[in-house]
Amino acid sequence: MGTAIEVRGLRKSYGDVEAVRGVDLSVDHGEIFALLGPNGAGKTTTVEILEGYRERTAGEATVLDHDPARGERELKERIGIVLQSTGVDPYLTVAETVEMYRGYYPSPRPLDEVIDLVGLEEKRDVRVVKLSGGQQRRLDVAIALAGDPELLFLDEPTTGFDPSARRHAWEIVKNLASLGKTVFLTTHYMDEAQYLAGRVAVISSGEIVAEGPPSSLGGRDTATAVVRFRLSAPDVSLPDAMASGVTREDGGFRYQAADPTRFLHDLTGWALENSVTLEGLDVSRPTLEDVYLKLTADDAERPEPAEVSS
Amino acid sequence: MSTTRLALRQVGYTNKAFWRNPAAAFFTFAFPIMFLIIFTTLFGNNEVQVLPGVSVKQSTFYVAAMSAFAVITACYTNIAIQVSFNRDAGILKRIRGTPLPGASYLAGRVMHAVIIAFILVAICVAYGRIFYSASLSARTLPAFLVTILVGAASFAALGLAVTTIIPNADAAPAIVNASILPILFLSDIFIPLTPGTPQWVDVVSKIFPVRHFAEAMQVAFFSPTGNGFRWGDLAVVAAWGVFGLIVAIRFFTWEPRR
Repeated sequence: MGTAIEVRGLRKSYGDVEAVRGVDLSVDHGEIFALLGPNGAGKTTTVEILEGYRERTAGEATVLDHDPARGERELKERIGIVLQSTGVDPYLTVAETVEMYRGYYPSPRPLDEVIDLVGLEEKRDVRVVKLSGGQQRRLDVAIALAGDPELLFLDEPTTGFDPSARRHAWEIVKNLASLGKTVFLTTHYMDEAQYLAGRVAVISSGEIVAEGPPSSLGGRDTATAVVRFRLSAPDVSLPDAMASGVTREDGGFRYQAADPTRFLHDLTGWALENSVTLEGLDVSRPTLEDVYLKLTADDAERPEPAEVSS
Repeated sequence: MSTTRLALRQVGYTNKAFWRNPAAAFFTFAFPIMFLIIFTTLFGNNEVQVLPGVSVKQSTFYVAAMSAFAVITACYTNIAIQVSFNRDAGILKRIRGTPLPGASYLAGRVMHAVIIAFILVAICVAYGRIFYSASLSARTLPAFLVTILVGAASFAALGLAVTTIIPNADAAPAIVNASILPILFLSDIFIPLTPGTPQWVDVVSKIFPVRHFAEAMQVAFFSPTGNGFRWGDLAVVAAWGVFGLIVAIRFFTWEPRR
């Protein structure tokens, strides 16, 4: 069956500004893929090329075996799109809106099923203008699902959500994946990518700088671990064997190693024997956020290039 | 579904949203009727010469003139403002991402506007008949209907065309009104043009389609003889419509222009 999305050497320039500079991506059927990057890194440009809104300057792009630039109806019938900012007619009700969009597709999902899926049952007959921001965003998702798409594009789906609304939205996306849908997500939230995506690509200044499962992105899993702790009593001191390996930090100690198992064993054994409490004992590896910030460090906050509509 | 079926379906949704939008319903629907009532009440009993040798009561003149105004409001003003708002709100962009052909969406809007135009004209004509016995003769009815259709289609095309120079929704009402109001005043719609009208008004107004449309409507409404067709005027209106269509096809955008 091949991949759902295949991108090779994708480039997009707006005048002199090169927003996307040679992106390679491959998304399998049925996976949740997240394109993670700061504002202006080229996320939206990339996803809008795949959705068919923009033409690429160079490179190859294939979405469900179609070239998205052609704007073919056969492709549009199989994808669902949640844009970053988009509207629906404020004077139609939720049910009317979803029903209107269902009519554009050859084999839409049942109306009530779509409304239930995004949790808008109680707002079914309420006009869009009366919905809260979060509810309107859920309606956006409902519209994208109306045609029962195989592939769903979500461009920063939870920006501006409060924490509980985000959780709710995440559950919706997880549900979609369990239905076998492919989801292509852009986000600048690390926790979102980590929670949802099976695979993440980090984009910075128009280039992919890292790609992989969130747990091992940028060598997270093999990066050195850091052990931090303080000693309860100031008059006790670490045995020499351990003291030589640690550095002082904020009134405590810091130990760094690829594998801290031996050190931890020695440390906790010594502490038990000597009735010393290890305050704030903590073992950490770089978080996805640490990795992300390192990867995107050179991507100074620059504004998204002015988009030229075609 | 075919492009046409989809367009017809779109008419229904456009209509639903239209009547629930107080501003659209008021400015498009109530305005021409309100003007008709005001103008006929104030000036109804004066006589005005509408064709060489043909004078009618001003109330009769206003039935035809406000019918023309209603067509322009429903098709040009309404479409230009609504489409600009929908474009700015991202509605058009979203539609563009679905399998609905763009032509179906726009055709749905245009058809809805044409229907609204016909309803408004029917109200104007009924009002004139009831209160001022300004009746439409069966002899010129075909000309009247064809004139409305040509005018509605042409002004709808121009309405789509003008969206290409409207930068955002905030500017839409200003640009649309600035482009049409002065012409309405010079074109035998609000104020009857008399033999004493300065010549420059005559020359300027004949460049634009409104005057031609207004006169075609008047002749189709109360021509004492003949079938009431003004082919020359209709040709000018249609030519403007074709021009509008070309501009719209060439420059129409589905995404907010920021």
